[in-house]
Amino acid sequence: MAMDSAPEAAYTSTTAHLAAVAERQERIRRTLEGGLAQDRRRRVREGVITSSLFLAAAISVLTTAGIIYTLGIETFHFFQRVSIVDFLTDTQWTPLFTEKHFGIAPLAVATLLVSSIAMLVSLPLGLLAAIGLAEYLPLRLARVIKPILEILAGVPTVVYGYFALLFVTPLLQRFIPNLQVFNALSAGLVMGIMILPLVASLSQDAMLAVPQSLREAAYALGATKLEVVWRVILPASLSGIVASFILAVSRAVGETMIVVIAMGNTPRLSFNPLEQMQAMTAYIVQVSLGDTPHGTLEYQTIFAVGATLFLITMVLNLLSFRLLRRFREIYQ
Amino acid sequence: MSEPLVSVTVRQREPAQRLAEREAVAASMTVERLSAFYGKFQALADLTFPIHPAAVTAVIGPSGCGKSTFIRCLNRLHELTPGARVSGRVLLDGVDIYDPAIDPARVRQLIGMVFQKPNPFPHLSVYDNVLAGIRLHRSRIPKPQADEIVERSLRAAVLWDEVKDKLGAPGSSLSGGQQQRLCIARALAIEPEVLLMDEPTSALDPIATYHIEELIAELKQRYTIVIVTHNMQQAARVADYVAFFLGGEERTGRLIEFDTAEQIFTNPKRRETEEYITGKIG
Repeated sequence: MAMDSAPEAAYTSTTAHLAAVAERQERIRRTLEGGLAQDRRRRVREGVITSSLFLAAAISVLTTAGIIYTLGIETFHFFQRVSIVDFLTDTQWTPLFTEKHFGIAPLAVATLLVSSIAMLVSLPLGLLAAIGLAEYLPLRLARVIKPILEILAGVPTVVYGYFALLFVTPLLQRFIPNLQVFNALSAGLVMGIMILPLVASLSQDAMLAVPQSLREAAYALGATKLEVVWRVILPASLSGIVASFILAVSRAVGETMIVVIAMGNTPRLSFNPLEQMQAMTAYIVQVSLGDTPHGTLEYQTIFAVGATLFLITMVLNLLSFRLLRRFREIYQ
Repeated sequence: MSEPLVSVTVRQREPAQRLAEREAVAASMTVERLSAFYGKFQALADLTFPIHPAAVTAVIGPSGCGKSTFIRCLNRLHELTPGARVSGRVLLDGVDIYDPAIDPARVRQLIGMVFQKPNPFPHLSVYDNVLAGIRLHRSRIPKPQADEIVERSLRAAVLWDEVKDKLGAPGSSLSGGQQQRLCIARALAIEPEVLLMDEPTSALDPIATYHIEELIAELKQRYTIVIVTHNMQQAARVADYVAFFLGGEERTGRLIEFDTAEQIFTNPKRRETEEYITGKIG
C-alpha cells in the first residue's frame, strides 16, 4: 500500500505544480498585455495631457516668435532707410526734429548708466540681505523680514518713479546743489531699491540649496561662521548668485516707469548722472504716446530701439538661465 | 574578460527545495545578453544568467560595476534616465518585458522594487503609503477590502504589530528600519511576482538590517527576490544564488561568475571572484 502511494503522490504534486505555473503565466501575460479598452483609455488620457502641456508651452514660444517677427520686420524697414553705421556711431538721437540724427548712443548710454547705478545699489545690499537671511538671522526673524522685503517687489513701478522725482531728488538736492530735477542718479538709486528683493530672494534660495552637510564639514574643520559663509556657502552657490545678478540687470535695463518719470525725456549723450537724459524705454514711451503715423520713419525708430533692448535682455536672460541650470545640477 | 562563467551544474546543486516545486510558487526571470548604456557610456555588457524562482539572487561586486544599473533594468526603471538605453532581453516567466508592445508601467506592476534609502511618500500616512500602488490602478476600493490589503501587506513585511496603532501617522514619522519595511509592504501590496531590492539595508543600523534580512528569508518562500548588496556577509546570509559583477576595462560591468551562494563563497571558479570575496580587490 505504502509502496503504491509514493509514486502517485509525486505524480499529483507535479500536475498541481504544472497547473500553478500555467495559471501564473496566464496572469503575467494578462497583466503585461493589459485590458485593451483600459489601456486605450489610458493612452488617450496621456495623449490629451501631453498635448495640452505642449500647447501651454507652445503659446509662450509662439508669442516670443511673434514678437521677434514684428520687431524684425520693422527694424529691417528702419535699416533700409537709415544706415546701421550711423545708428551705432552717431552721437545724436533726434528723429523727431527736422534735422534728423539716428545715433542710438545717447539712449544706450543713459540706459546703461541708470542700470549701473541701480546695480551698484542692489548687488551689495541684496547679497548682504541674502547672507543675513540665509545664514545669520535667527529663523523666526528671517521669516518676518523676508515678506517685508518682498513687499518692495510688489510696489508698482509708477510709485517708485514719483518717489524718485518727488522725494529722493529734492533730498539729494540739499547735498548736491547742481542736481537737475530730472536726473539719472535718483532714478538709478530708486531702481536699485526696486530690484533689491529680486537679488536678495534668488541669492538666498541659492544659499539655502547648499546642503547642510557642507556647512557641517566646514564647521568640523574648525571654521568660524564668517569663514563658512565666505569659503563654502558663497562659492558653492556662486552660479545661483550670478544668475540672480544677471536677471536683476535685465530687469533694470528693461525698467520703464521710473526712468520716464524721474530721468527726463531729453536724449543727450552724457555720462554725468546729475543731468537729465533719456533711456531707451523712455524714448519708446515718448513716441508711442504721440500720434506717430504707422509706417513713418519715426514709427520705425520705436522698433529699432525695441529690438536693441530686446537683444540686450535676451542675451542676459539666456546667460542667467544657463548659470541657473548649472547650479541646479550640482545638488540634487 | 573571456566568456562569463555560468555554471551548468547549478541545477544539480539546488539549495534545499527542488527547483520544480519552487517554480510552482513564484515566477522566474532570465537575463539574456543584456547590455545597458548611459548615452555613449556602456554600463553593462552582455549579461546572461537565470534568476531562479522563490529564491534570493544576490548581485555583488565592487562600486561602479553596474549592480544598481542592472537591477534597474529588471523593471525598466533604467530607461527613465535621460539618454539611457538597453539591449538584449529580460524574460519574466518566458515573456520578454522589453517587448515594444508592452507598457513599462505594466511591467512594474509585476516586479516590485525597494530602494537604497527608505522613500515612503512623506505626504501620505502609513495606511495610504501601503495603498499607494493599488490606488494608481483602482480609484475606489471598499474600506474593508482596503483594510485587509493594508493589514496583509504590513504583516507580510513584519511591521503590523509595530504600526497597527498609528496607521494614520505620516510614513516619515517611523524609524529608518520601519520606513524600509513600510516600503516593502508598499511593494508587496500590489502583489508582484518578483521583488527587487537595491542595497535595502545600506542606510540602516545593524538591528534594522537584521530585521530586514529575516524578512527576506521569510519572503523568499513566496516571492522571487533579487538583491543588490555591497556587503558580502549579507550576501552569504541571505542569498541562494550569487552573481558577481566586475567593472572591467572602461568601467563596463560584466558578469564574472554566477552560481549557488554556497559554491561562490566556498569554492569560486574564477580567480577574480575569490580575490573579491577574500577582500583582495574592491
